[in-house]
Amino acid sequence: MVDSISFILNNEQVSTHVYPSTTLLNFIRKDKKLTGTKLVCREGDCGACTVLAGELVNDKVIYKTVTSCIYPMGKAAGKHIVTIEGLNKQELTVPQHEFVEEGATQCGFCTPGFIISLTWYLITHKNYSVDDAINGLGGNICRCTGYASIIRAVEKTVNKLKDPVCTQGVQVKNLIELNILPQYFSSIHAGLKSLNMKTAYSSKSNGENILVGGGTDLYVQKYRTVTSYRINLIDSKSLNYIKVEKKDIILGASVTFEQFKQSEILKKYLPRLENQMNLIASLPIRNSATIAGNIVNASPIADLTIILLALDATLVLTDSSNERIIKLKNFYKGYKLLDKLENEFIKEVRFPVPSSNFNFNFEKVSKRMYLDIASVNTAIFLDVENGNVASAKISAGGVAPIPLFLEKTSKYLQDKALSIETLGSALEIAQSEISPISDVRGSAEYKRLLLNQLIKAHFISLFPQEINIGELV
Amino acid sequence: MKNTDTMKHVRGESLFIDDFTLPEGTLHAVIFDSPVANGKIKLLDIENAKAGKGIIDILTFKDIPGQNQIGNIIQDETLLAEKELHYIGEPIAIIIAESVDAGEKAKHLIQIDIEELPAITDVRDAFEKGSLITDPVTFSMGNVEKNWDLYDVVVEGQVDIGGQEHLYLETQGAIAIPAEGNEVKIISSTQGPTVVQRAAAKVLGLPMHKIEVDVLRLGGAFGGKEDQATPWAVMSALACLKLNRPVKLLLDRSDDLRMTGKRHPYSADYKIGLSKEGKIAAYEATFYQNAGAVADLSTAILERTLFHATNSYFIPNIKVTGISCKTNLPPNTAFRGFGGPQGMFVIESAIFKASEKLKIPATEIQKMNLIKDGDQFYYGQNAENSNAIKCFNMAIEKYNFDKLKENVVRFNKQNKLFKKGIALMPVCFGISFTSSFLNQAGALVHVYTDGSISVSTAAIEMGQGVNQKIKTVVAKTFSVDISRIKIETTNTTRIANTSATAASTGADLNGNAAIIASKNILERLQKFAAKELGKEYPNLIEIKNETVFYDGNETTLKWEELIWKVYFNRICLSSQAYYATPDIYFNRSKNKGHPFAYHVYGTAVVISKVDILRGIYEIESVKVIHDFGKSIDTKVDLGQAEGGIVQGIGWLTVEELVQNSEGKLLSNSLSTYKIPDIYSAPKNIEIHFLEDSTNNYGPLKSKAIGEPPFMYGIGAYFSIISAMKNFKPGLDIKITAPITPERVLMNLYEPIKTTAPTKQTH
Repeated sequence: MVDSISFILNNEQVSTHVYPSTTLLNFIRKDKKLTGTKLVCREGDCGACTVLAGELVNDKVIYKTVTSCIYPMGKAAGKHIVTIEGLNKQELTVPQHEFVEEGATQCGFCTPGFIISLTWYLITHKNYSVDDAINGLGGNICRCTGYASIIRAVEKTVNKLKDPVCTQGVQVKNLIELNILPQYFSSIHAGLKSLNMKTAYSSKSNGENILVGGGTDLYVQKYRTVTSYRINLIDSKSLNYIKVEKKDIILGASVTFEQFKQSEILKKYLPRLENQMNLIASLPIRNSATIAGNIVNASPIADLTIILLALDATLVLTDSSNERIIKLKNFYKGYKLLDKLENEFIKEVRFPVPSSNFNFNFEKVSKRMYLDIASVNTAIFLDVENGNVASAKISAGGVAPIPLFLEKTSKYLQDKALSIETLGSALEIAQSEISPISDVRGSAEYKRLLLNQLIKAHFISLFPQEINIGELV
Repeated sequence: MKNTDTMKHVRGESLFIDDFTLPEGTLHAVIFDSPVANGKIKLLDIENAKAGKGIIDILTFKDIPGQNQIGNIIQDETLLAEKELHYIGEPIAIIIAESVDAGEKAKHLIQIDIEELPAITDVRDAFEKGSLITDPVTFSMGNVEKNWDLYDVVVEGQVDIGGQEHLYLETQGAIAIPAEGNEVKIISSTQGPTVVQRAAAKVLGLPMHKIEVDVLRLGGAFGGKEDQATPWAVMSALACLKLNRPVKLLLDRSDDLRMTGKRHPYSADYKIGLSKEGKIAAYEATFYQNAGAVADLSTAILERTLFHATNSYFIPNIKVTGISCKTNLPPNTAFRGFGGPQGMFVIESAIFKASEKLKIPATEIQKMNLIKDGDQFYYGQNAENSNAIKCFNMAIEKYNFDKLKENVVRFNKQNKLFKKGIALMPVCFGISFTSSFLNQAGALVHVYTDGSISVSTAAIEMGQGVNQKIKTVVAKTFSVDISRIKIETTNTTRIANTSATAASTGADLNGNAAIIASKNILERLQKFAAKELGKEYPNLIEIKNETVFYDGNETTLKWEELIWKVYFNRICLSSQAYYATPDIYFNRSKNKGHPFAYHVYGTAVVISKVDILRGIYEIESVKVIHDFGKSIDTKVDLGQAEGGIVQGIGWLTVEELVQNSEGKLLSNSLSTYKIPDIYSAPKNIEIHFLEDSTNNYGPLKSKAIGEPPFMYGIGAYFSIISAMKNFKPGLDIKITAPITPERVLMNLYEPIKTTAPTKQTH
C-alpha cells in the first residue's frame, strides 16, 4: 500500500492512494472527472493545465500557479489545489466575465488556464498593474486569439478591481465580495490547518526510488518511466532556505526558481537578477523547478546553472550521513555525467557574497524570448577596480556537452584593463574553449557567433561608458 | 453581443473529445507507426504484442473489410500501410487496449523488420528526381515568353518558405460507438464530417447511411482537421465494428506532431520585369510545393497558390506554374490561407528585390500596381468592387504612414544597437472553394412549441465563432431574442453531404442556408398571422422584437403565442434549406473562369525592431484597414483578424519546422517548436473596418474573415529584413522564411573563423 496523499481539491477534502509520481492532471481529469483542466503538451510549455496550489506559510494560505501535467501528486499533499471548476460560482467571476465580454476566448481550450493564472494574480497582489497581470499569464499559450483580446480582458479586469482591492486588501473575504473567488475559499485556511495536523504525504529516503525536485524536466523527458516509478521528493520544507552565513549566500536544495527570483537577499546583492530571471521558464515552472534539480539535471543549457557557475558556486553533497563539498564547475564530467555517487544528493548550494565592485550580467537568446530553451546563454561576474578587472568568472551554455565554465577566458580577463582590445582577445579565447553542435536550437556556426555577440553584450550592458558600441557592431 | 459558447469556455464546461463521458467498456486505440521515412516492410509480427497485458486486439490492413483507401482528391493514401512505408509516423497497426498505457507498452512488443531506403525530404531534390504528385499546372495571361529585354529592370531570384505546424491545442481524436446492425456513430474532432463519413464507409465497406458522424466543437483546427481528422476517426470506427465495443482514439501531442501534416514548405523561382518607375509589366514564377508522401489536399492548395500569385496587384503579362512534389514527409495539408500565403510571399519578395534594384521604396511599387475595377485577374475573373486601392490609401492616411516612416528613420539615426523597419502588406483573397462543387450547404431549423429555436447546419465550430454568427442571422431573420436559439452539433444524419468548414466560407454558406430555412418558416408564420389577425396581406406582417406588426402597426400577438397557435393549426414549424453560391465556375482545361464569389481586401502597416547585437526582434505594431463587409459580429471578426495576424507572424518568424536528413521531425514538441506567446505578439495591433463596404454574397452583407488576415503577417517578415538593411544598407538577403533569430544574426555577421572541427549531429 502506498502512503496516502491528503489535500483539498476545490471544495472537497481528498485522500488517495495513487502513486505519488502520478501527475496531478491525471488525477484531476481521470480520477475526479474534472475536465476543465486541459492536457495539451505534457511538458509545462503551454499552461492549459494550470491550477492553483495553495499552502499554509506562516499561518497564511499562499497560492501559486503550477502546471499540473508535470506536477507529481506527492507534491499536492497538504495543499489546496484549485481547478477551474473550483473558481466557478453561479454567475461568472470578474475575470470570466471580462473574457467573455472581450471575446478573449475562441476555441476555449486554453481558456481555463488563462482564467486560473489571472485569478492567481488577482488574489496574490494588492496593487494591480496591467503589465504585472500580463506577466502572470506568461506561461499560457493561445493559438487562436493572438492575445489582443486577452490583453483587453486583463485591462478591463484590472481596471475594474484595482481601486477596490487596493483599498480593501486581498483578504479572502474581500476577494469573495468582489466576485473573484467563490464563497468556500473562506473555509480553506481552517481546512488546511486541520489537514496538516494529520500526516499528508511525506518522503522517506530510499535509494531505489527516483529523487524528484520540481520534476519540470524529469516529467518532460521521462514521463512514462517516472510515472510508473515510486519517487521521493526533495524535502521542500527543511531544505528550503536562502540565507547569508559568514561570506556566503546559501541556498537549500529545494529553493525554487521563483523563490530565488523573489528573494530579498538576492535582490540586495544581485539587483539585476530579478528582471533577468524573467527570461527563464515561466512563472508556473519557476514555482516548481528547484535549484538542485536544475544542477543535477545537467542540461548543457541550464539557465540557473549558468548563472551559478559565474557566481562561483559550490555544492554540498550528502548521502544522508556524510557531506562533501565540490565546486559546481567541477561537478560535470561529460554529457549528463556527474561527480556524484548514486546515493548522494545535493543538500545546498553556496556562493560568495558579491564584493562591492562587482558587475554581473546574464544573457540568453532563444527562438522566442520567453518560455523557451536557450540557443546560447552566458553569465559573467566581474570585479572591476579603477578600470581594471580584478577577477572574472564567465560561463556559457549551449556550446559544450556540459554547462560550461569558461576557465581560460575567465583567467585571461583577470588583471586586464577594461578595453576593446581586452574584449577582443577574450572573445577569441572563448571560441577556443567551446565545441557547439548543430541541433534543433541552432547550427554550430550560429552558436559560435551568438556566444561572441552575447559576450559583447555583457560588456556593452555593464560598461556603456568604457566600451564604445560603435566599434563593436 | 455575448458569444454564449464562450460562457462555457471560461468556466471549463465546454466539452472536447477527451472530456466526454465514455460509454461503459470503452477501449483505447494507440497507433503503431513507421519509424522510417522510406522503406519496405519485410516482417511484421504482432503476436507477442497481442498477448500483452490489457491488449484486446491489434489491427493491420488485413483487418479492413472494405478498401484500404482514404485519399480525398487523389486515391493514393492507405489507412494502414501494407508493404511500403512513405514517412515517419505513417500508421501501420492499431493497438486496441484496455487503457492508453497498456497500448503504449504493447507498441514496444511489435516486431518489425524494414528494408530502409533513402528518403527525400527536400522539395528541389524531389523535383530533380521526378518525384511528383501529379502534372504541373500553369495559369497565364498576356505574354511572358518574350519581351523581357523590353523592361527597364528584370529581377530573378529564389525564395524558400518553411512549413507551419497547426498546433491546434486539442489533438486529433475520435470516439466510435457501435450501434445495432453493424452501424457506428463517430464523435470526431473534424472540420469535415462528410469526409469522415465517406472514408469510413469506403474502408468499412458500408453504405454511408450506416455511419453517423457527430461534431460538437473543435479545440482549434486551422485547416489541420479538414482532411487529417479522417484517419483517426476511421480507425476508431474500424476497431469499434471489429470488436463491437466503443473505441476512443486520441493522439498524444508527440504522436500528433510526428504523424500529421503541416502547412506546405515551398521553394520558388521568380522573374519580374518593371518599368523604371516601378510599374510591373511581367511576372513569372514556378512554385515547388513539398506535398509530403501522399496528395492529401495538396493539388487544391497548390492551385490556390496560383490564384493568389499576384496578391493585390494587376500584372498584364503573367505565367505561374505549380509543381506538387512528393517527399518522404507526412502529407502536408490545409492550413489557414490554403496555399495563398506562399503565393503572396513570393510576389512580395520579388517586389522587395525589385525595389532594391530600382532604388524605389517597395511601398511605391506596391501602390502603383494595385488592382482596380476594370482589370481582369489572370484567371479570367473581372475585378469587381475592388477595395485594394481604398484600403491601401486609407491605411496610409489613417495611420499617417509618412509620419511612421519618419519616426523609423529618426529612431535608426539615434540608435546603434537597435534598428527598425517598416513594411506595407496589401492583401487580396478570393472567397469560395475553388472546387466550385463544394460551395453548397444545408440547414435544418426547428421552432419548438415554446418558441425556442434549434438550428443545425454543416458548419463546424472550432473557435472561429461561426455558431455565434449563425445564431445572430437566425435571430435577426425571426427578430427574436438570441437566447431563444441553440446551434446543434454538426451531424451527418441531420445535415447530409456537407462541405468541410474551410476556405473561410463557413459563415457564408451555412449562414445563408440558415437564413433560407428561417425565412421558409417565417413565411408560414406571416401567412398564419395575417389569417389569425383577419388581415389581407401576409407580406405586410412583420415580426419585430418578438411582436407581430401589421403594416407597421403593433398588434397584440407575441412570439410565443404565435408559435403555439401555429402548431395548434397544424402548420409545419421546421424547415430544411439548401444554399449554393451563385455565379461561380472554373474551367480547368483553360484555367479560366469565375472561381470566387468575391474578394476580401485590406492593407497592413507593420513596424519591427531588431536587436542588432543579439539578432532578436520584436514586431512593434501592426495597423490594419480591413474589408469586413458589413460585419455580423464585430467582436468575433476582430478576434479572427487579430488571431490570424499573429499566426501569420509566427509562420514567418519563430515557427521553424526542423527535420533531419532522414525525415525525422526534430521540432517535435512545444519546447522545440515555438508559437507566439503573449510577449512576442505585437504590442500594438490596430484594426479599422473599411467603411461603406458591402457584399451581396455574404449573409447580412458580411464578408468572410477566417483566412485573409493571416497574410498581413507577411508584412512582419519584410519589416524585419528592412530593419536589417537599415543596419547594413548593402545587405543582399537571401529570402528564406522563417526569419529566425539565427537567420537574422547569420545574415548580419560573418561566421566566426575557427580551426576547431564542428561536429554535426542531430
